[in-house]
Amino acid sequence: MNIPFRKDAKFCSFLSYSKTFIASIALAILLSVPSLIYAQDSTAAAGAAPAGGGDAAKGETLFKNNCAQCHAVTDERVVGPGLKGASGRHDFAWLAKWVRNSQAVIASGDPYAVKIYNEYSKAQMTSFPNLSDDDIKGIFAYVDQAGTAAPAAAAPAGGAAAGGSASAQGGGPSDLFVLVLGALVVVMLLVLGVLLVIVSLLSKAVSGEGEVVEKGDFMGRLGNSLKRIASDPAIRSATIWIFVLLVLKATLDGAYSVGVQQGYAPKQPISFSHKLHAGEYKIDCNYCHTGVNRGKSAHIPSANICMNCHGVIKKESPEIQKIYTSIENNQPIEWVRVHNLPDLAYFNHAQHVNVGGLECQNCHGEVEKMEVIQQRSSLTMGWCIDCHRKTEVNTKDNKYYDKLVQLHAGESKEALKVADIGGLECSKCHY
Amino acid sequence: MENTNKRYWRGLEELRNDEKFVKEARSEFSDGPTEGQYESLVDGAGTHRRDFLKVLGFGMAAVSLAACEAPVKKAIPYVNKPEGEFPTIANWYASTYAEGGDYASILVKTREGRPVKIEGNSLSKTSFGVSARAHASLLGLYDNEKLKGPKKGSDTKVTWDVVDKEIVDQLTKIAAQGGAIRILSSTILSPSTKSVIADFTTKYPTTSHVMYDANSSSAIVKGNELSFGKAVFPTYDFSKAKVIVGIDADFLGTWVSPDTFSAQFAETRRVSSDKEGKKEMSRHYQFESILSVTGSNADYRTAVKPSQLGLVAAALYNKVAAKLGGSPISAAAIDVPNLDKAATELVAAKGQSLVVSGINDASVQVVVNALNSLLGSYGATINLDKPANYRQGNDVAMNSLVDEVKGGKVAALLLFGANPVYDHPRGAELAAALPQVSLSVSFNDRADETSSLLKYICPAPHYLESWGDAEPVAGSYSLIQPAISQIFSTRQAQASLLKWAGLASDYHEYIKAYWRKNVYTQGGTGDFEKFWIKSLHDGVYDAPSTTAASGATFSGNLSAAASGIAKKYKASSTGIELTLFENIGLGNGFHANNPWLQELPEPITKACWDNHACISQKTAAELGFEQGDVVKVDIKGKAVEVPVIIQPGLANGTVAIAIGFGREKAGKSANGVGKNVYPLAAFADGYLTFAPGEATVSKTGETREIAQTQTHNTVMNRKSVLQETVLAHFQKDPMAGRFVPKIPTSDGVVDATDLSLWNGHKYKNHSWGMVIDLNTCFGCGSCVISCQAENNIPVVGRQEVINSREMHWLRIDRYYSSDADVEDLRGLEIASENPEVTFQPMLCQHCNNAPCETVCPVLATTHSSEGLNQMTYNRCVGTRYCANNCPYKVRRFNWFKYFDNDNFDYHFNNDLGKMVINPDVTVRSRGVIEKCSMCVHRIQDAKLTAKKERRRIVDGEVNVACASSCPTNAITFGDMNDPESRISKLLEVEKEGRAFHMLEEINVRPQISYLTKVRNKDAASKAPEKKEHA
Repeated sequence: MNIPFRKDAKFCSFLSYSKTFIASIALAILLSVPSLIYAQDSTAAAGAAPAGGGDAAKGETLFKNNCAQCHAVTDERVVGPGLKGASGRHDFAWLAKWVRNSQAVIASGDPYAVKIYNEYSKAQMTSFPNLSDDDIKGIFAYVDQAGTAAPAAAAPAGGAAAGGSASAQGGGPSDLFVLVLGALVVVMLLVLGVLLVIVSLLSKAVSGEGEVVEKGDFMGRLGNSLKRIASDPAIRSATIWIFVLLVLKATLDGAYSVGVQQGYAPKQPISFSHKLHAGEYKIDCNYCHTGVNRGKSAHIPSANICMNCHGVIKKESPEIQKIYTSIENNQPIEWVRVHNLPDLAYFNHAQHVNVGGLECQNCHGEVEKMEVIQQRSSLTMGWCIDCHRKTEVNTKDNKYYDKLVQLHAGESKEALKVADIGGLECSKCHY
Repeated sequence: MENTNKRYWRGLEELRNDEKFVKEARSEFSDGPTEGQYESLVDGAGTHRRDFLKVLGFGMAAVSLAACEAPVKKAIPYVNKPEGEFPTIANWYASTYAEGGDYASILVKTREGRPVKIEGNSLSKTSFGVSARAHASLLGLYDNEKLKGPKKGSDTKVTWDVVDKEIVDQLTKIAAQGGAIRILSSTILSPSTKSVIADFTTKYPTTSHVMYDANSSSAIVKGNELSFGKAVFPTYDFSKAKVIVGIDADFLGTWVSPDTFSAQFAETRRVSSDKEGKKEMSRHYQFESILSVTGSNADYRTAVKPSQLGLVAAALYNKVAAKLGGSPISAAAIDVPNLDKAATELVAAKGQSLVVSGINDASVQVVVNALNSLLGSYGATINLDKPANYRQGNDVAMNSLVDEVKGGKVAALLLFGANPVYDHPRGAELAAALPQVSLSVSFNDRADETSSLLKYICPAPHYLESWGDAEPVAGSYSLIQPAISQIFSTRQAQASLLKWAGLASDYHEYIKAYWRKNVYTQGGTGDFEKFWIKSLHDGVYDAPSTTAASGATFSGNLSAAASGIAKKYKASSTGIELTLFENIGLGNGFHANNPWLQELPEPITKACWDNHACISQKTAAELGFEQGDVVKVDIKGKAVEVPVIIQPGLANGTVAIAIGFGREKAGKSANGVGKNVYPLAAFADGYLTFAPGEATVSKTGETREIAQTQTHNTVMNRKSVLQETVLAHFQKDPMAGRFVPKIPTSDGVVDATDLSLWNGHKYKNHSWGMVIDLNTCFGCGSCVISCQAENNIPVVGRQEVINSREMHWLRIDRYYSSDADVEDLRGLEIASENPEVTFQPMLCQHCNNAPCETVCPVLATTHSSEGLNQMTYNRCVGTRYCANNCPYKVRRFNWFKYFDNDNFDYHFNNDLGKMVINPDVTVRSRGVIEKCSMCVHRIQDAKLTAKKERRRIVDGEVNVACASSCPTNAITFGDMNDPESRISKLLEVEKEGRAFHMLEEINVRPQISYLTKVRNKDAASKAPEKKEHA
């Protein structure tokens, strides 16, 4: 009876395997199409950029580090005007002068400068005297490129950004989820059926034998048989062992989770909503967390950054008033730290965001959907290592990695992973 | 297996086979802490089984509690983030270390607004590297024992307004009555401060300013006045000298401006194995009483008693004069080795020679000037037209000030960066007289020995909180800018003086105005604001030089000088003479409350946390002294009791004690450490002399253990650690002195490095390494402090050093070599009278076949893909197998928790002191091993910067703390995978030359190479041959 069943099983599994395989390939192709298209777009744009006379890639970094806090690449007005089309409105010399010292341009009586100065309630723009001509050209090349790309890229949900490996799932999990859920329900039903059959068979067998040995009601019989089971030393010791092992496992699991604060979402002194700011208003993370591309810390924004907008917006809200109080009393806001790495571990945001090109959501989860900020990842060493094993190094346009890529290509056909360039070594994080 | 024709020994203990030495040589670690040595269970280590169980139980309870609720941590941002300040990103500011005439142009690294490290400023033309003391001055900023505001008498609650009012009232009254106002200071390098004092004098015309130096060079200035009519301290250029004679001038260690002199001298000592490379070296003779750092680096060194040093100068003059036709002077004949040879070679190198003397005696200086004049040194190696300002103190003026104070003639005394009660020989007299002065004000940062006797203390902030400027050498200016806002309620002395003079008290504006008027006009270009910003950014401004160095005509009175010498110096003396010397770390002791400096081993004796009576072996044997005997050194009724160190190389019949110790009111780290020997110094012809004459030295019967580091770590009798040769051999064969270990196998004799069990590592990306040139390492110890500051290395204190548990990651080993023939086994047992000395910086060698890595049971020490031997503290369980298996003995074990521990009450035990901690480096806890990481945090930081800028790392972009601090660039660090790097190019040349790995025969393949030491000695009659004997 078993043999044909096994054959069946084999056949079935093969069938289902191949089906899943085909389905997953199809799914993968479907999923990758938009990103392929996007990639082509971006290469096309990058190819076109030098014609504009600036290095858009470099410009992007400069823009994100210096400009994005006040300017959008679109028409949108943030603190300063949106920069879309700015390079069309003025010649380069004027723009360069403005970037390096806008006050000087205003002082010179340039009518457009004065107009925009007054329009933005005489807010002074920071001067960037150190930016070279090439830098400024690069920034505007990026603005032009991103400004035109932005509406196109905005279409996919969540604004799937360049190359993020995690965001690749963003488009299609709903289908997959339904599929898996359905399969699970079927399996559950099957199991339930089998269990029912076993129960009825067993009770029949028990009642059959019971009739021979002794008579009594069902409960009495059940009690007797349970007693017999309880007095069986083999069963008893097995139970004890299982219990001990379970306790041991629970203890070990518990010990491993000491200090792991996954899901930690403390109440903050100001009920700031990332959902509102990052989700609804789509303010770039980098706008407030200014250090993320520069250094180790992403920076909790200082109160003056809040004031960039809240100097005019929603001043009357009691929560916003807390910021005003903080500034008046010169007393910083004491946020509760959510993501706590132990002091012995060194983590640098710039390495991961600027160099690695990771999205914030990779580690922090979907912050743009969080009313109260929460620790989504476990932040354990295993979690770090796991990611370093799986993640490909973002070597694109980074001369630092050229030699490594070349050497790696000679040795292996696999993509260059972080682990391949020493990403698992102790002193990458502990010193 | 023996490589050279020399035997090296680390201390007399080794030659004598002392019990303690043998015991320590056998075991890697000395005994664990004894029971009851430290009370606290958690901090101590005398743990019983029950205590262990208690701690275990408590620990488990704590862990389960911790699991319930994690502590809430706060993330506190700025209210208003300052522009240009990014948390976790360091900012660098150029500034200047100018304290009591010591000068260094520096860069200050600040993190989140607090200075955490000092580095040298490469833009400076007058300052090279950073000395140990300048490095350690950083810790002075976070000294918890400074005054936190003005003090009047014993009242520390008084406000600045009250103090100002009272002082101005009294000054006005005194000036109106014509009472004398005196400003007493150590050397002031700042021209604007002098201008402030001039303005103050205009307001109070009875003011005069007296400068003095605890380590005076006043007679050198006088000597130049007598010889050339120019009362200046000249600038020397050692780099142009082929023959250098030093007469009691420790110019590589402590004399005047050692960093500059070291850098110049190193240029003449650097050789290359390249065929076309430099193969010439200067030759250096040293005549001195103590064994100084300079003497230990000399090619020929002669130990001379202090009472004969003047005669050495005179005799050398006569010998040179005889050859060059100068007029001889009458001086007692003296017969010391190497004098004739030195004279002959000085004459041969006429115009490229230099004689320097640190003796603070005008007669000797005149003779030395005459000698240099004969040799044509002026305009070549000595420049009188560009005077140096490092020592401006005037001993004569200081002495008369003491008389004035004693005579009650001083109505007001303002004390500015000086502590005469402690560091002047007449300090006691002054202490008795000071209470008579009606108005006395100190600007010192604490109530020290002198300030505590004064009526007011108006504490000045640390220089890292201050504005200022300096002119170390005429025409070379530098600026001091604050790197942190003021920590306490302090005010700069200049601001106080301006305020009291009724002027605007903004010293910053004052300097700016001063520079606009006086410095900018010396060739400043462009707009002044731009010039000012650039000068602030660069830290230095060198006015374009107008005059070339010219010769000088000697017009001194030689016969007067000769009679002066004859009066003070004797060709022979039988008594025990006292000589005082400066400790390289502590200097004159003004900043003694600095645990880093207290724990820096003195380069020669390798002792710390004390000063000692250094006595030569012969004299000690004659007197029956043993090392550690406490002896009483008595000179004219003034006496100190200090333990004996038996110091080979010291002149016989001499006892030498370091100044700078024995502070009483400096703070926890300095008070009571060692004995103050300034009172033992004397005056000769009005000038301070550290050789006050004959003393009686007698045993007190007590003994005191000496905290000495050198014999703590043994190299297990492997003696091929040092490789050296002499110049003549090196010129013939760059491999001279090298030891290439061979091993006989069945396939014939092969190099030791050809056999290996291991597959080796492949470094695809970087291969970080270091090359240390033993020829330009003079042993000054600045790298040790730089490493300590950079890597949060704890201070362990005297007792723990005695227990051989010092924590320095980088140490400088000092080896003496025996002058006996290598075959003469009995001769080798006898310590040399005047041994040759070699310094060898020793740190983790980052072995490729690392013995430590294979024995760690928990993989806490592993190898990186960039050639580093990594140490992971959080993985270490403290078995110490690694340290046991390390052939170089560079691993350190944390026997205790060194922070927040009252048993180690140094800067790690208070919140202010902890501000010095480098946030990029973990503070290690108890029970783990630590060691040199090759500044991996700096490497990672530089890599990240390069990656962010999408480029490769450029050579020189990243440098390790030790290499960047070195005044002579003896350490070259870099990526050996980058063919363009300095280290690759250097190794390319030296691979078949001077580069060797320490203990090559054990084939651990270190990433660190050393370059053989080359002495410019005449080749011995016997040719060097590589010897092998069992």
